[in-house]
Amino acid sequence: MEGPEKQLMSAEEMRRALVRIAHEVIERNAGVQGVALVGVRARGVPLAERLAQAIAETEGQPVPVGILDITLYRDDVGLRADLPIVRSTAIPFAVDGLTIVLVDDVLYTGRTVRAALDALMDLGRPRRIQLAVLVDRGHRELPIRADFVGKNVPTARDEEILVRLLETDGKDEVVIAKRREG
Amino acid sequence: MSVEPTRRRHVLDLDDFTVEEFEEVFTQADAMAEVLSRPIKQVPTLRGVTVVNAFYESSTRTRISFEQAAKALSANVVNFAAATSSVVKGESLIDTVRTLEALGCDIVVMRHGMSGAPYLVARHFAGPVLNAGDGQHAHPTQGLLDIYTIRKHLGPIAGLKVVIVGDILHSRVARSNLWGLTKLGAQVVLCGPPTLIGPAGRWEELFPKVRVSYALDEALSGADVVMLLRLQKERQEGGLLPTLREYTRIFGMTMERLQRAAPHALVMHPGPMNEGVEIDPQVAICAQSVIEEQVANGVAIRMALLYMLAGQRGAA
Repeated sequence: MEGPEKQLMSAEEMRRALVRIAHEVIERNAGVQGVALVGVRARGVPLAERLAQAIAETEGQPVPVGILDITLYRDDVGLRADLPIVRSTAIPFAVDGLTIVLVDDVLYTGRTVRAALDALMDLGRPRRIQLAVLVDRGHRELPIRADFVGKNVPTARDEEILVRLLETDGKDEVVIAKRREG
Repeated sequence: MSVEPTRRRHVLDLDDFTVEEFEEVFTQADAMAEVLSRPIKQVPTLRGVTVVNAFYESSTRTRISFEQAAKALSANVVNFAAATSSVVKGESLIDTVRTLEALGCDIVVMRHGMSGAPYLVARHFAGPVLNAGDGQHAHPTQGLLDIYTIRKHLGPIAGLKVVIVGDILHSRVARSNLWGLTKLGAQVVLCGPPTLIGPAGRWEELFPKVRVSYALDEALSGADVVMLLRLQKERQEGGLLPTLREYTRIFGMTMERLQRAAPHALVMHPGPMNEGVEIDPQVAICAQSVIEEQVANGVAIRMALLYMLAGQRGAA
């Protein structure tokens, strides 16, 4: 469906990037006491789980992981006819007082992160929120930046970044492709 | 993995729902139930959307349930009760609907005593229409919340035996449940006095998975779900029943009768109950009763439907 793809990250590069982010999270927060990860559906969820595992292997301490669905917080509900299906948010811990690391696959316009911030605030009052993304592709429309980035990729708006994960797509890779003509 | 969301314009009955669409509603109702479990039970999704509850027939739980659902999604809610509106001055249904549209209402939720009224409204209103019960015809949101409640407790609907007891002939709740339950593969037994069921062949012809029984004890044998319907007292005045006491003696649900159903059987009732008529007060509060849960699930189901239809408003 899309044009020819070019690989930006292999499975191995993805693994290394996640291990590095795990170390940065630990360093930034001087350990992981009071830190929890929240993955944004869909692909932020397996990424958050992998980060949690990498953190646990380094620190010998588990970090809680939650799942956030931001569909009900989108800013384009009135603008589009085909509303995406809402899935459950599942955050099995109280967010009050915690440092929450939001995890998503691609940071682009920043609108998903804006929605995620609102969704998190509705669940309580975290002490602080940090943002980890596998790929930052630029083109922000809101004043939002990531604290932890796997790879910065300069892109054109007519390009598409596809993050594929073993859990959702059968393999690990990040590719760039021309967006399909609408 | 990715399911294409349905582009349904209205929800008027369950007769046109596909299996995938039921799943889609239930998945989203789960997400809405999570919202309702939070300390702050509100999300900003439908800010600026106006939902009008147009109720031409009295209702407490359905109207409040729709109002709660719309408010949990941050929609504006206009409650319109026919008794206090220009309807009493003779304004026609179509005029009323056009006025509501001109006033900026986006979604109409309608309860009406005449079967088919929401269909007429759907033809004259630019936005989505949700049927909240029309005459003896359909009550799709009740059907959905009933099936959702069953699914939560017993898992997939296919293969379950559901017994619906009472005034089937006049019941929109029974009709909508029939469409949904049979589409999802349940075996349904309709049980009640012949005067309140009508010719058995008609039901069995329309729904191949449906059987009619006039003997409650036989019908209940091995049932997974026992759904009781409200017995309207006017049925006796209309000559369809000798006495309410006789109905209770033959078809009233007691703890003793419930033993005939499967040990895990759920007891359901769409409300409002006539305790001591179709249901013994003990049955209503027994461990197998999910009657209160039905009410709570109704809000989640209606949130899911309002959300799904919101994308379709103005998409003429």
